Amino acid sequence: MSEAMAHKRPVLLNTLIYGFIVFWVILAAVPFLWTVWGSFKVEADFFSRESWWNAIFGTATIRQTGEAFTGAGYYGAWITRDFWRAAFNTVIVTICVTAISLTLGTLGGYALARSGRNYAFWILIAALVFRAMPHITLVSGYLLPFFQLNIWGVLPTSIIVLVAINQPFTLWMLHSFFLSIPKDLDESAMVDGCTRFQAFRLVIMPVMWPGVVTTGLFSFLLGYNDFAVTAMLLSADNQTMVPKISSFLGSIQETGNVMYAVAAVVSATAPLFILVLFFQRQIVSGLTAGAVKG
Amino acid sequence: MPHKTFFAFILPSLIAMVLFIALPIVSVVLQSLYVSHEQVMVEVENCQPFGGCTSELRVDSEATAALRDAQPLGRFNGLGTYVDRAHLASAELGAILSSDRGLPAKWAQILNLPFYKALIFTLVYCFVVTPLAMALGFSIALAVNALPKVTKGPIIFFSLLPMIITPLIGSLILYWMLSPNGILGATIQHIFSDPTLSLRASPALTWGALLTYGVWTNAPFSFVVFYAGLQTVPGDTLESAMIDGASRWERIRFVIIPHLAPLATFVALVQLMDNFRVFEPIVGFSAEANATSLSWLIYNDLSGDAQQFGSAGATSVLTIIGVVILLSPVLVRTWREFKHKAV
Repeated sequence: MSEAMAHKRPVLLNTLIYGFIVFWVILAAVPFLWTVWGSFKVEADFFSRESWWNAIFGTATIRQTGEAFTGAGYYGAWITRDFWRAAFNTVIVTICVTAISLTLGTLGGYALARSGRNYAFWILIAALVFRAMPHITLVSGYLLPFFQLNIWGVLPTSIIVLVAINQPFTLWMLHSFFLSIPKDLDESAMVDGCTRFQAFRLVIMPVMWPGVVTTGLFSFLLGYNDFAVTAMLLSADNQTMVPKISSFLGSIQETGNVMYAVAAVVSATAPLFILVLFFQRQIVSGLTAGAVKG
Repeated sequence: MPHKTFFAFILPSLIAMVLFIALPIVSVVLQSLYVSHEQVMVEVENCQPFGGCTSELRVDSEATAALRDAQPLGRFNGLGTYVDRAHLASAELGAILSSDRGLPAKWAQILNLPFYKALIFTLVYCFVVTPLAMALGFSIALAVNALPKVTKGPIIFFSLLPMIITPLIGSLILYWMLSPNGILGATIQHIFSDPTLSLRASPALTWGALLTYGVWTNAPFSFVVFYAGLQTVPGDTLESAMIDGASRWERIRFVIIPHLAPLATFVALVQLMDNFRVFEPIVGFSAEANATSLSWLIYNDLSGDAQQFGSAGATSVLTIIGVVILLSPVLVRTWREFKHKAV
């Protein structure tokens, strides 16, 4: 319909629409492209006092290294400053958070979708309130008990905490996905002699994969993007990428190695690019599925 | 579903939420009522062979450590932390309000109180960013909807990036561009021909940068939801509006916007909740001198060598109260709907 109407649109309006879209795409994409490009330059170029054209042509980079592009920032961040260790920790944390969240969430979401009793409603409302809690307020409640129990600073603690923080969102999202699967399906399986759990595992789960994948993406993003929890609950050796980058900032800006931080930022952005590239449709459907957002 | 099966299914998830969300809230409330122990002082007699004895007060570090070990929470302080200068500052606030200075001077003094400084920025961020991001998102949705189909995919791809990006990383990327040596910061200096203009020096610029970041990162969500909503606008209604002679603007105003209104409430709610916990941009922009938020205050209390659990707890409780106030319209409405259904 919109394409048919396009022919009747006045030229001025069309220009306005295209101009606006170009403006928005520049606004959305250029900061990333600029930083990716700049991460292969030296600091004197990316933070040039003279002119930002230096960042494009790499004037100082050529002067200092002989070539227009340099991987010095990446070498500094990944090797000198052990960013690889943080990346490895991030892999562990995100995989565990996603897997455990989905396991607990599918079981709970299924129960909530099929119950229809008062307490199910109240659990959903409590989850909504929990979902709105700023994560850092919860972190201030964890620290003292975790110090006392001597479980502060290690990866499993952070993983469990992130899973718990993620539960309200996961429950809401999977609950609404389960609601869209007809009740008759599991009920007829149970008439045929399945237990509730067998019906869930053998009949419902096979048709639930799209919902699980979508929810999993958002669980992944929560674990990957978190700063409040991982910055406060992990010791310096166990840091994941995001708190590592923030710890770069203080120490590196003094020693003039800002490009380490820039390279680390670009490295941490790359997986998100790939994620959007492959799962764009699932992300969009997850955002619009209603109820919740990551 | 029988009770037993229901709880068997939901128990793991419930335990996780009770242990790591409900209990920490209790723990935060408890912590906020205590302050850390004062150092234990002992009177020591210093006697010299000639010249008699002097007594002085010294810190007994052993006893202090033992006391801190025995009672890690600290000593009971009641609501003392809530009313001190770093939080509600009731005494200071009263003094400021009753002083006979002008309104701008009073405002400046209130902005000097850490809690109010953070609260004001948090609220401004919430209520400026949310509507602006929704307006921008809606405009993008309308524009993208008018484009030929082939271009939609790539545009949605680029549009998702500002939202999907790690908040700390997104704010760093913008911060570097806006720093005095970065491409945008240098341009701004050039435009205003003021070589000293920088994020660090100018509170207005810092606020502007943080709000811009907020709109940039929030707009895609509104865009995606509104764009999906636009696909469900009934074609018949639009056509009959056209036949009745409605202009493009009137069709948007009287057909599309009412159709998207429920979605807008949902988007506004989600964005308000998310923006209320604004935190990473302040770290990313190193903005704490000019702008702080409630979450940042808590983070600041907890990091560093001297962790102030009492102070962090009190700010957390006040923040949680803020969240509940923000959510109350939704909670009341859901409760009414639920009771309505039950009757």
